[in-house]
Amino acid sequence: MKDKFIVVTNNPLVLNELGAGHNTVYREISYEEILKEIRDLIHKGHKLLSHPLSGSVKPKETPYKSVLISSECGKLDVYSLKLIEQAIEACDKFEDKSSKFSKQVWEDFQLVDFELIKGAIASTAYI
Amino acid sequence: MRLEMGHIYIKDIQFSEKSKIEDGTLYVSKEDLKEVAIEDEKLKSVSFDIARPGESVRITPVKDVIEPRVKVSGNGGVFPGVISKVDTVGSGRTYALKGMAVVTAGKIVGFQEGIIDMSGPGADYTPFSKLCNLVMVCEPADDIKPHDYEAAVRFAGFRIAAYIGELARQTTPNDIKVYETCTFKEGLEKYPGLPRVAYVQMLQSQGLLHDTYVYGVDAKKILPTILSPTETMDGAIVSGNCVSACDKNPTYVHQNNPVVEDLFAQHGKKLNFVCQIITNENVYLADKMRSSDWTAKLCKMLDLDGVIVSQEGFGNPDTDLIMNCKKIEAEGIKTVIITDEYAGRDGKSQSLADADAAADAVVTGGNANEVIILPKMEKVIGTLDYVTKIAGASEDTLHEDGSLEVELQVITGATNETGFNKLSAR
Repeated sequence: MKDKFIVVTNNPLVLNELGAGHNTVYREISYEEILKEIRDLIHKGHKLLSHPLSGSVKPKETPYKSVLISSECGKLDVYSLKLIEQAIEACDKFEDKSSKFSKQVWEDFQLVDFELIKGAIASTAYI
Repeated sequence: MRLEMGHIYIKDIQFSEKSKIEDGTLYVSKEDLKEVAIEDEKLKSVSFDIARPGESVRITPVKDVIEPRVKVSGNGGVFPGVISKVDTVGSGRTYALKGMAVVTAGKIVGFQEGIIDMSGPGADYTPFSKLCNLVMVCEPADDIKPHDYEAAVRFAGFRIAAYIGELARQTTPNDIKVYETCTFKEGLEKYPGLPRVAYVQMLQSQGLLHDTYVYGVDAKKILPTILSPTETMDGAIVSGNCVSACDKNPTYVHQNNPVVEDLFAQHGKKLNFVCQIITNENVYLADKMRSSDWTAKLCKMLDLDGVIVSQEGFGNPDTDLIMNCKKIEAEGIKTVIITDEYAGRDGKSQSLADADAAADAVVTGGNANEVIILPKMEKVIGTLDYVTKIAGASEDTLHEDGSLEVELQVITGATNETGFNKLSAR
């Protein structure tokens, strides 16, 4: 059965773990840029299914972000647009620190992001 | 439900051959503590230290803060579903060791955070600097995964807190405070003229390192439900968090939730404190819709007049907060929300990642982006290795003189969203 969601991510761990089994859009771009990519997809008619600011690791502190959007493309969903615009706006409040971390910390960031999106995917079974 | 909370004031902690409580001092044997803590094979070693108010000590990275308790009568035991069986708590008699806490520390992930300074300007921002802290630094077994390490530290902290609490079983408490809730019918009959008020507590439940447990159940899997606030006071909710130190609720905050305490203080006087409603903060938007729908539905079914909602965390939970507020207000119930702010270092940015006109009564715990200089401390319990990697810190964090330039978000409890902190604004 075709997934009803697409994983949009810049997290290589998410690509490795979920890429084969799910529709995945993977981009090697920054946290803010991946949010903007999602915003563009929302403008095309996809809906947000998971919160773009998931996780308490702050924007730009972690370089990684994975978000679920609907596979289905319909009319512009204004609520999704509002959430993603607010998330992009929130990025400005934080200093970009992602390049200052060691490889081990990057792996931890990848793991937390992966775990959170895995939790969101588990919830897709309910609808 | 009627809960008698006996307070035993602890003025000092000392290491000793034998563990006991005598004349307001807790004596603990390191050997006994180690035996209890190391029970879990996922921990390689645990070291214990004591940090007292006013000392030049920095504890970091802090994971949880726990108040030791013992259940001396009534149903259930401490930390039900976690340490004790799942029997419903919230009635009978419980003793709490006031003035002290068990603080767990350990580097679970590379960006682990949480600072408690026992003196200096940082101490003013964390309520835990006022306590005598028994700190346990937990080292993981080799090649352990963060999930397992987090769980091992969490359980070790509860085991130690339960062990210390047990030492107080035969102690006569310094004072006893009684908290009593009514059934719905009793409340209507007893307080017909008073507004019916409930506390909606949003629990952090996003996933790994962002979890809360209710009677041992992962809060992301619950539907909003009703608790007697005495259950919360009696340890029904525990923390599994270790990210975003400033605005996550350590277990200590659940045990001593000021919203519960203050609503009880007005119960039968200015209001009828009907119940506590717990809900979650999942990342999947449909989960948020379901939970906020249910929360508003419960508020309506309980015929409430007013609700206080507290948030836990930033960003994703802002959306749950606004959904809850909008939907409860739409039922005609007056709603006050408690949050904190990420308003940028200059305080000029939009504070929350979501907003609505219905949120017209807001209490803030402070701006987590505010910058503070923490002077060098003579002693560090834990490690400073990661302090430059914690939220709100940067490359310039560690100054040459040993002081730290950080945002308030690194300090444990600094902008707590239940009001368990020192910051606010009017």
